[in-house]
Amino acid sequence: MRKRATPKNATGQGHSVSLKRRDFFKLLGGGIILYYSTWDPSELLALPLAQRRSLPADYNAFLLIKEDGTVNNYTGKIEMGQGVITSLAQQMADELDVTFESIHMVMGDTALCPWDAGTWGSLTTRQFSHYMCAAAAEARAVLLEMGSEHLGLPLDELRVKEGVIYGISDPGKNVSYGELAKGKRLERYLEVKPAVKKYTEYHYVGDSMRHTDAWEKVTGKARYAGDMKLPGMLHARILRPPSLGATLVSVDTSEAEKMEGVQVLRDGDLVAALHEQPDMAAVAVVRIKAEYSFDEKDVNQDTIFKYLLDAPSSGREVARSGDLKEGENMSDMVIESEFHDGYVAHAPIEPHTALAHVESNGVTVWASTQSPFGTQDSIAALLDLELEQVRVITPFVGGGFGGKSPHQQAVEAVRLSKITGKPVMVAWTREEEFMYDTYRPAAVVRIRSGMTRSGKITMWDFSQYFAGSRGSDTIYAVPHALTMGYDESRGGPRVHPFATGAWRAPGNNTNTFARESQIDMMAARAGKDPLQFRLDNLEDQQMIGVLKAVADKFGYSPAAGPSGRGIGIACGIDAGTYVAHIAQVQVDEETGKVKVIRVACAQDMGLCVNPQGAILQMESCITMGMGYALSEDIEYEGGKLFTKNFDSYQIPLFSWVPEIETVILDRQHMPPQGGGEPAIICMGGVIANAIFDATGARLYQMPMTPQRVLEAIGKAKEI
Amino acid sequence: MEEIVQFNLNGRDTEITIDPTLTLLWVLRDQFGLTGTKYGCGIGFCGACTIILDNEAVRSCLLPIGDVAGKKVLTIEGLAVNGKPHPIQKAFMEHDALQCGYCTPGMIMHAYGLLLKNPEPSRQEVIDGMEENLCRCGAHIRIIEAIQSAAREMKKGQ
Repeated sequence: MRKRATPKNATGQGHSVSLKRRDFFKLLGGGIILYYSTWDPSELLALPLAQRRSLPADYNAFLLIKEDGTVNNYTGKIEMGQGVITSLAQQMADELDVTFESIHMVMGDTALCPWDAGTWGSLTTRQFSHYMCAAAAEARAVLLEMGSEHLGLPLDELRVKEGVIYGISDPGKNVSYGELAKGKRLERYLEVKPAVKKYTEYHYVGDSMRHTDAWEKVTGKARYAGDMKLPGMLHARILRPPSLGATLVSVDTSEAEKMEGVQVLRDGDLVAALHEQPDMAAVAVVRIKAEYSFDEKDVNQDTIFKYLLDAPSSGREVARSGDLKEGENMSDMVIESEFHDGYVAHAPIEPHTALAHVESNGVTVWASTQSPFGTQDSIAALLDLELEQVRVITPFVGGGFGGKSPHQQAVEAVRLSKITGKPVMVAWTREEEFMYDTYRPAAVVRIRSGMTRSGKITMWDFSQYFAGSRGSDTIYAVPHALTMGYDESRGGPRVHPFATGAWRAPGNNTNTFARESQIDMMAARAGKDPLQFRLDNLEDQQMIGVLKAVADKFGYSPAAGPSGRGIGIACGIDAGTYVAHIAQVQVDEETGKVKVIRVACAQDMGLCVNPQGAILQMESCITMGMGYALSEDIEYEGGKLFTKNFDSYQIPLFSWVPEIETVILDRQHMPPQGGGEPAIICMGGVIANAIFDATGARLYQMPMTPQRVLEAIGKAKEI
Repeated sequence: MEEIVQFNLNGRDTEITIDPTLTLLWVLRDQFGLTGTKYGCGIGFCGACTIILDNEAVRSCLLPIGDVAGKKVLTIEGLAVNGKPHPIQKAFMEHDALQCGYCTPGMIMHAYGLLLKNPEPSRQEVIDGMEENLCRCGAHIRIIEAIQSAAREMKKGQ
C-alpha cells in the first residue's frame, strides 16, 4: 500500500521540518485534546518559531460567566467573514448548557484571549474548538459541583438547562451559573477532565444559524481597524518605491515639510508624511522626492514559467508507492502534461490597516490581521518589549484569505508612532495592497500518467514547482505513484520577484487544477465518461461518496468528453474535507469568453456545526474561485507591478454568478473538518474540464482568459 | 483654503468649515465619525464608499466635499430609522447576504439608489445595476436575492 514519505529536512537551519502529529500537540501544550482530525502538520510549519506559543491549560482562559448569566467566550481567532463568530458560540452554548443568545464573543484581543497562532488553514472548528469545548466541559462540571454544594443535592440529582442548575426531583431548588460564578474566575479544577458531549447531545450545533454580526454590518456600526480613532491621531502615508527591486538612495522631503500640519518622519528606509487628514497626508507624500537604485529580477508574466523551472529549488518527496518503471510497463497509454498558474492577489476589499499608539509603558495596536498574536510577537521583538506590554486588538477584518497573516502595516504604524509619540493610523491604499500582497505563487505542475486500455490508472508521476505541496498527493488508487514538490528552499535565495504566501487553500488550487485536468484528459482518451472514470479509479469511499452526491444534485447523465454539453467534473481534498464539483459552462467560440452557468458542489466535512455558515462558505469559494480560474492575472516586469488596482485586476462580478447548488453530506458522527477553503480548490479544474467538454479545447494555464481559450480552441481544431 | 460647506447629512442640515477639495469619503469618516462608508480602491472602482447624493448612488472617494454644498447626503448610518432597519438592511440580514461585511454598506447604499430608480427590478436588472460594486467574499448570489426580496417588501409597505 501507499506510504507517506517522511518529509526530509528542507530547512538546513538546524530544526527539522519533520513533525509528527504527537509532536504537534505537545507543541501546543495540549493535554486536554479529546479527539483529533486528519490534517496536514506541515501547515504548522508556516509559523515562525517565535509564534509557537501554547494554548493555556486553564479553562478560564476561554470563558467568563458574568453575574447576569451571560458568557464571554474568548478566542484568539478573528472574524473576517468566515462566520466563526457564530459557529464557536453555538459550540460553547451547547457544551456549557447555556442559551446561544447569552454568548458574547471576544475575539483576537491579545490581552483578553487565549493565545492562537492565527486564523488560517480552516483550523478554527477542526482544531481550536476541541480545546474550547474541553474547557467548557470542565467549567460546566465545576459549576455542577458548586451547584451541588450550594443546593445540598448530589450530582446525580442535578440537571442543567439554559445556565440554571435544577434539582431533578425538586426543580424549585435551583441556582444559576451567574449566581455561582459571580463574574469571577472559577478557582477549582478537576483531576479527571470530563468528556465533551456526543454529537447526539447537541442542541445548537448542527442547526443553521444566521450570522450574529449581521446587524452591526448592515448598519455600518461594525468597526474595522480603520474605523478606530484616538485623540491626536495622525494619518500616515508612506513613501513607496517604484518597484520591489528598488533601494532608496536619497530622499528630499523639504517640499512636503512646507505644508501646514504635515510632519515627515524617517526611520531608515521608512519615510512617511503624516497629517490629521488622510487626504492631506496623501498630497504631502507625493511631494517627497526620492532616488532609487534598482536590482530587478529579469522575469515577467510571459517568462515566469520557464524562469521557475530553471530556478533553484529544494526537491522533496511527498508520497511514493510502487515503482514508476513498473507502472509504465503496465501502461498502454501515457499522457504527459505541463500546467501553468500565474500569481493571484488576495484583494480583500479592506486593505491592510493598523492604528498604533506607542506609549512609555507599552503599545496598543488595532490591526486588520489574521494573526493578532503573531503581530504581538513582531512588535515586542521590534521594540524589545515584554509580550504583556504589547496589546493587539483585532476588530472585524474585512476579508483575509491568507493575505492578512503578514502584518507589515502594523509594524509600520508602530515604528511611526514610536517616533511621534502620537497614535498613528496606517491604512494602505489599494496600490500599496497590490504592491505588498503576498501573492499566491506562480507555479508549474508536470504530470506523466499511464493507464491500461480499459482505463485503469497504472502510473502517476506528479511534480509541482513552487505551488506548495498541499493537495498534490494523488487521490486516486494508483499502484505506482510518485509525488514530488519543488519549492523555495527556506533561507535560500528568493525565487519569486515579489512576496508570496498562503492564498485560500494554499497550493491546492494549482495542484487540483492540474490533477483533475489530467484525469479528464485520461478519461477522454479512454473514451469514458469522466465521472465513471474517476469512480473506476477510486477506492476512497468518502471521495466516491461526494462524487455520487454531486452527480445526484446536478442530475448528471454520463457521456464521454467532449460531449458538447459543457459539463465538467472535479474533486479533491482540502483541510480534511472532501469536495466534488460539477459545473456547466457556455463558451463563446468567437470571443473565447467563458460563462459559468451552473455549479453543483458536494462536501463531506464531518460534523457540520452551522450548515448555513458552511453553505455560505461553499458559495463563497465557488464565486471567488471563478476569478482565479478565469480572469485574475497580474502584469509585471521583475518587481515592478503594472497591476495596481481593480481597474486592471478583474475579480468576479455579479453578472458572473452561476446557479449554485450545494449539498453537505450527513456526517455528524465524524470529527469536524475544514469549511472555509475546500470548495475553492476544484474551481480551476472543473471549469477547464467543462470548457473541454464544450469545445474539445484543453486549457493548460490559469487564468483561462478569453485569449487563452481562443488559442486552445485553435489548437484543438488543428488536431 | 477653507470654506463653509452647508449640506444635509442624513436628514439634518449641517455645515462644516473645511478645505473643499477634501473628499467626501474622508470628511464623513474623519470629521463626522461616520465610518460605515469605507475606502476600498480610491478610484471609484469598487463601490465600498457608495453614498446617496440627492437620490443618486455615487462614490464618495472621488467626490470633493465642496461639490455636495446645498445637496442631500445619505449614508448607511442614516438608513435605519429609530433602530428599525430599512427593508434592504433587513433583507441583507435575512438572506445572510454578507460575510466580512466591509463592502456591505456600499452594497446597501447602491441597492437603495437602484430601487429609487427602479422599484421593481427583475433579477437581471439587479445584476446589471449592482455590477460595479465589488465583493471579494462571494456573497453575490445572496445579495441579488436580498435586493429582490427588499423590493417586494418595500412595495408592500407603500
